[in-house]
Amino acid sequence: MTAISATSVHETHAERKNYLNRDSSFMSWAGTLDHKRIGLMYLTGVMFAFLVGGLFALLVRLHLWDATVDVATGVKSGGLFEPGKYNQYFTMHGVFMVFMFIIPAIPASLGNFALPLMLGAKDVALPRLNLASFYLWLAGTIMAIASMLLGQVDTGWTFYTPYSIYTQKAVVMMGLSVFVLGFSSIFTGLNFIVTTHKLRAPGQGWFRMPLFVWAVYATALLQVVATPVLGVTVLLLGFERLYHIGIFDPQFGGDPVLFQHFFWFYSHPAVYIMILPAMGIMSEVVSVFSRKPIFGYRLIAFSSLAIAIISFIVWGHHMFTSGQSELALFLFSFLTFFVALPSAIKEFNWVATIWKGSISLEAPMLYALSFLVIFAIGGLTGVILGTLNLDIHLHDTYFVVAHFHYVMMGSTAMAFFAGLHYWWPKMFGVMYSRFWATIGALVIFIGFNATFIPQFVMGSMGMPRRYAHYVPEFQGYHQASTIGALLLATGIAIMVGYLLASLFGGKKAEGNPWGSPTLDWTHTSTPPVLENFDDQPIVEREPYDYTLILEEAKQRVQNA
Amino acid sequence: MSHAGHTVPAPAGFVPHTVAHHFESQEQEYQSAKLGFWLFLVTEILLFGGLFVAYFYYHTVHHDAFSIGGKQLSWKLGTTNTAVLLFSSFTMAMGVRSAQLSQKKAMLTYLVLTFLCACGFLVVKYFEYSAKIDHGLGAGSMFHPHDPQLLGYEGLSMFFALYWTMTGIHGFHVLCGMVVIAWLIWRGAKGELHAKHYMPVDIVGLYWHLVDLIWIFLFPLLYLVP
Ligand SMILES: [Cu+2]
Repeated sequence: MTAISATSVHETHAERKNYLNRDSSFMSWAGTLDHKRIGLMYLTGVMFAFLVGGLFALLVRLHLWDATVDVATGVKSGGLFEPGKYNQYFTMHGVFMVFMFIIPAIPASLGNFALPLMLGAKDVALPRLNLASFYLWLAGTIMAIASMLLGQVDTGWTFYTPYSIYTQKAVVMMGLSVFVLGFSSIFTGLNFIVTTHKLRAPGQGWFRMPLFVWAVYATALLQVVATPVLGVTVLLLGFERLYHIGIFDPQFGGDPVLFQHFFWFYSHPAVYIMILPAMGIMSEVVSVFSRKPIFGYRLIAFSSLAIAIISFIVWGHHMFTSGQSELALFLFSFLTFFVALPSAIKEFNWVATIWKGSISLEAPMLYALSFLVIFAIGGLTGVILGTLNLDIHLHDTYFVVAHFHYVMMGSTAMAFFAGLHYWWPKMFGVMYSRFWATIGALVIFIGFNATFIPQFVMGSMGMPRRYAHYVPEFQGYHQASTIGALLLATGIAIMVGYLLASLFGGKKAEGNPWGSPTLDWTHTSTPPVLENFDDQPIVEREPYDYTLILEEAKQRVQNA
Repeated sequence: MSHAGHTVPAPAGFVPHTVAHHFESQEQEYQSAKLGFWLFLVTEILLFGGLFVAYFYYHTVHHDAFSIGGKQLSWKLGTTNTAVLLFSSFTMAMGVRSAQLSQKKAMLTYLVLTFLCACGFLVVKYFEYSAKIDHGLGAGSMFHPHDPQLLGYEGLSMFFALYWTMTGIHGFHVLCGMVVIAWLIWRGAKGELHAKHYMPVDIVGLYWHLVDLIWIFLFPLLYLVP
């Protein structure tokens, strides 16, 4: 076994070239097969998509500041855009955030970087496929931008037929983009499954893997099994527009509800492609910053798999008002409740891990605590929406919008930020400002809730989603929401600011600044070298065993 | 030795294979590639799965029209193509076997035979497709049947939409198969495929069997629909 202490590894190899500075030529990045560099390229990419998607969200929110309509006369007043433009902007917001940001965000950037390190592997199993996956992401993103310039898409990110067949916009190009992005996601997932099965270090049994690996593994199963159905769906939509084959078009005897079934067969599991890796980060961060072994390791691991499996049989809950049989409605509602069980198991286990732990409120932990609160709200409002009779009232209102933003933005993005702050020193070898990180996390938390709590309220009062103009009695809620969105944007600007600042003259990071017990911190230098480990690590301990970390800390205190 | 970055000795007359740097052994490399490829096959099955679901749904709705539609297709040509693909699966399997035994000549012969079968399949498909177009039985906006008796069947256009989509996507897979088989022939001719490195042949073989298998499902559903 190699040296236990990452600090000592770091000191011994202080002068050695790491994966970042070993070669700075353009081709050494563009053609790299190193999972860490590919992870960083993905990170840059998804952050770009996040900022673009966020910009569209701000446009939408600013428009809704005073975009009212008088019901009696039909006269519209206020607002920044005409309804057509508004439709395009919320579509672009959804497409960028879903397909280009959230789905690849955690697995392809942080997962790519950390998974092989945590497993004790030199790289992912199929490095060329990994690079191909990144270039597919890039191609898909360029196509999405092209369709934005060619004539923006106004279908919403769900592309419901028959509207999407006949709208005079660049739907085919956007569909192609989604198809390509889908394959990028499949390749990432496929790679991680193979890596987890075949490249674990000696001694790294399934139940010694960090829970982040379990979560990314469960995500990868979903990516591989669900995404092809999305692929064939947008392919058929493309044929529909080009040749009018009629499969989804009632004019030719086709059935638009079939499109919805296909779409949600992918897009419900996709929700878990987004949230499962976030839950993985939670398990790491909550344990490390409570300095306590995770509570209920096996339950958390199995609940990831349970979520992945259940997520395949609940898609119909998106279609309670689309015309399914009563039996189907009943079954889908009933099955949906089961997703709440494994999710709640995780939530309770994290709380139990923090309980009586030695808590340090570093930035990753602040985001993790935000997740705990926000995910509880996002999850429970999901149970409300899964209830048949309540959904009839709440369907297609802002309540739904607020619910999925609590899950996608409030939970997944928050955990992504937690992971980003957690692995930032490992990635770049520098620390960000602790002061500004605290301020940023607080502003983001307050801004997020200020944006979406008013949306729960007005949604339950009947404010429909996707309307460009609304009746005046909702204006107060919309304005509160817009102020929240501006606050949220400020918080994110602060975060981007201090993270970038840390790259230029940030304090040099210690080898294992958080005292993490997993291989990615204990057995690699900071930042890691090209093939990660000097010698093949051998795993001899449970994943969240802090004995050595605590002993080392005691030593350091005695020496000082 | 077969360790990472190491070169595995090849039988006489062949080019040795080098294990990729991040694998501990050739065994691990082989296992990884094979598992990865099986997962890829799963995605293929799901992609076609969506089409099969659409088929079964509309078959239930337009039962009679689908039956009439099936009769418009030539079961003779369909059977011929089924036989051609089945035979090509056999030659592919023999190609894998020859690679495992380092029999270069036999392997190349079998691979070329497989390639020719794929060509044959597409040629037959070409004649079928042009006959359908001639009768106005295209997909979607190209569906204007010349036979007045066919006009009364609502749902017949759906049958042909599915026929073109499913066989079209399958045909595209045959085309991709030809590209990778050609790649195998090229590498095999250079002596890079042998008992110590037959993984590429094995994997392309899996792919080819899947393409064959999907056709085995398409054939009765489209040509012999009751
Ligand atoms: Cu859902």
